[in-house]
Amino acid sequence: MAPLQITGQVLDVRRAGMYTVMSLTAPGLAERTRPGHFLNIGIGGEESGLLLRRSFAIYQVQSRGVYGGSVDIVIGVHGKGTQWLVDRRRHDYLSIVGPLGRPFTLPKEPANCILVGGGYGTAPLFMLADQLRERGCRVDVIAGAATEEKLFGTLEIKRAASTLTVTTDDGSMGVQGRVTDVLDDIITKTQADVVYACGPMGMLAAVAEVATARGVYSQCSVEESMACGVGVCMTCVLPVIGDDGITRMVRSCVEGPVFRGDRVRWSDVGTVPPDTLGAPTGGH
Amino acid sequence: MSRALITSGPIDPTVNLPSVDMSTSLGYFESPAPVFTASGCAAAGKELDQFFDITQLGGIVTKSVMMNARSGRATPRMAETPSGMLNSIGLQGPGIDSFIENDLAWLRQRGARTVVSIAGGSVEEYGKLAAKLRTVDGISAIEVNISCPNVEDRGQVFACDPNSSAQVIQAVRRNSDTKIPIIAKLSPDVTSIVSIAQAVERAGADAVAVINTTLGMVIDLDSMRPALGGITGGLSGPAIRPMAVRCVWQIHQALPHLPILGMGGIRNGEDALQFILAGASAVSVGTVTFHDPSAPFRVQQELEIALAQRGFATLREAIGFAHRGPDVTEVEEEQA
Ligand SMILES: Cc1cc2nc3c(=O)[nH]c(=O)nc-3n(C[C@H](O)[C@H](O)[C@H](O)COP(=O)(O)OP(=O)(O)OC[C@H]3O[C@@H](n4cnc5c(N)ncnc54)[C@H](O)[C@@H]3O)c2cc1C
Ligand SMILES: Cc1cc2nc3c(=O)[nH]c(=O)nc-3n(C[C@H](O)[C@H](O)[C@H](O)COP(=O)(O)O)c2cc1C
Ligand code: FES
Repeated sequence: MAPLQITGQVLDVRRAGMYTVMSLTAPGLAERTRPGHFLNIGIGGEESGLLLRRSFAIYQVQSRGVYGGSVDIVIGVHGKGTQWLVDRRRHDYLSIVGPLGRPFTLPKEPANCILVGGGYGTAPLFMLADQLRERGCRVDVIAGAATEEKLFGTLEIKRAASTLTVTTDDGSMGVQGRVTDVLDDIITKTQADVVYACGPMGMLAAVAEVATARGVYSQCSVEESMACGVGVCMTCVLPVIGDDGITRMVRSCVEGPVFRGDRVRWSDVGTVPPDTLGAPTGGH
Repeated sequence: MSRALITSGPIDPTVNLPSVDMSTSLGYFESPAPVFTASGCAAAGKELDQFFDITQLGGIVTKSVMMNARSGRATPRMAETPSGMLNSIGLQGPGIDSFIENDLAWLRQRGARTVVSIAGGSVEEYGKLAAKLRTVDGISAIEVNISCPNVEDRGQVFACDPNSSAQVIQAVRRNSDTKIPIIAKLSPDVTSIVSIAQAVERAGADAVAVINTTLGMVIDLDSMRPALGGITGGLSGPAIRPMAVRCVWQIHQALPHLPILGMGGIRNGEDALQFILAGASAVSVGTVTFHDPSAPFRVQQELEIALAQRGFATLREAIGFAHRGPDVTEVEEEQA
């Protein structure tokens, strides 16, 4: 279904640890949203000098209610744009384009699923967990971050999961270490069929490596810098192996952000591998 | 494809203004509408068709295509800058055969007017691309992106030298159907854009597209290295608009009969009107599409309003209007 371009009104802005959760009116968005979709928000108003929209995973959507539908996003302040966004207040208007991207693929049969979220990367996993359980899947969640305050939503996600394992680099909560330190064990214990992951690129690379080594199918939602978010500019590319075995520079905004973990050439992200279709030959 | 609901368009359809004849021409290309997409900012139209009806535009200018598939440059390919951005995409694309088979076929079936942008690494490549396009229907014009390094001339950019620019345009002209207008796309990174415009016109260009991006650079303060994978990048967006308007003005002043497709940071109808008044016959909307995916269509609607508000019955009357002599009333006031 085609994305919407709508004006949303801020309904609520609340703190959640290091993050800000923002609710916006978004009529029509819920019906179109599937887990893993993202949306793009315009920054700074109509005459803004910050021209490029910022991308956020869709955390929650409500299709009904007094506002005729709304959407929640989780914002971690990174630079000027996200700072401007968390400074918005109730009743402010924001320009929204979405839902965008290719969402997570859900298994047709009940399956054992592990959901791995790094930092605010847990945000899109809530909707995913709910829909997986509706399909009779087992859901186990691993949430990891550098420190406790960089985790998002660990209390709430417990509801939707058979087990929740938390890891922090500094041990301030849960197991000290990385998500991949516990992933292998949990794959064994739960006899996992699928691993879903969203978080920083380094984490995704590590998760995909463990899953692939164990012969488990994985789906990773990547975060590449985007200019348009709708597939027209070719900014957001990374090297991905196609069904035909050929590596192409693929747009993560329309062909992703969710990719099969075994198809992304993680160690080559940020480069154009020499065997990529159309890679520069010696002459260039 | 189903169309997105646009509920945030700033256009008030109730505005009670006379309609304006928006038709225009670029050489023999007659178009009922004056706003185009900009090459590289609309892919081949399909994605934007989700946000507005692309057949309503003057046309889609497709991403510059080369003979062979190109991977483009390493990421990061983009850096946001004040009121603009730098890009170093590196002409990623599928190559001309795949482009004709897939993208062009889709555009033709969709019924959108199409301007195909071509790019080459040698004069010969441009000629071959034109010859390929000669075999297909449904092309309104060819835009020739000459802001490419010439592999046969130590990587010198064609657009920076009048002779190389002219050679490329001659090669395209020789290999194209005589009825297909050729639009030479000029770089602002030259000492005299007028001399390049003169050279390409003499070589057979029917119109010029003005301007391509201007070279820029950002240093990342975390890594303390260039922010872009390609080190330098092309600057675009509202930041370059005054430079683009100046280029259009200079070319129209020197070559008033040469049609101009103006672009550079157009954000709304009034920005577009500046280009028309400076001498452009039509305009392209590029980078602002990333901010507002309906921008090309919105700008076209706003341009009609901006013209009507100033009493123009046709777009053609407004082309180059800023070059006219002093207004009679002003003269009278001065004498008084
Ligand atoms: C598909 C996707 C989903 C995302 N989901 C979330 C989310 O749910 N919550 C959240 O807090 N953040 C999310 N991000 C990251 C968020 O978009 C960036 O943090 C934000 O764009 C940074 O903007 P800024 O102005 O604060 O930073 P600046 O560094 O000033 O931004 C400058 C430019 O770089 C781009 N940029 C910088 N960092 C990133 C990044 N990490 N990813 C993409 N673009 C970047 C910006 O869009 C902008 O164009 C997501 C990104 C993508 C691509
Ligand atoms: C991401 C990006 C890609 C571009 N790719 C091309 C291209 O392939 N060929 C071309 O002639 N111009 C290309 N351009 C230049 C634009 O067509 C246009 O000339 C320039 O950006 C100025 O207009 P704007 O400020 O409205 O974007 C590109 C610009 C951007 C931002
Ligand atoms: S961000 Fe423009 S193509 Fe993906």
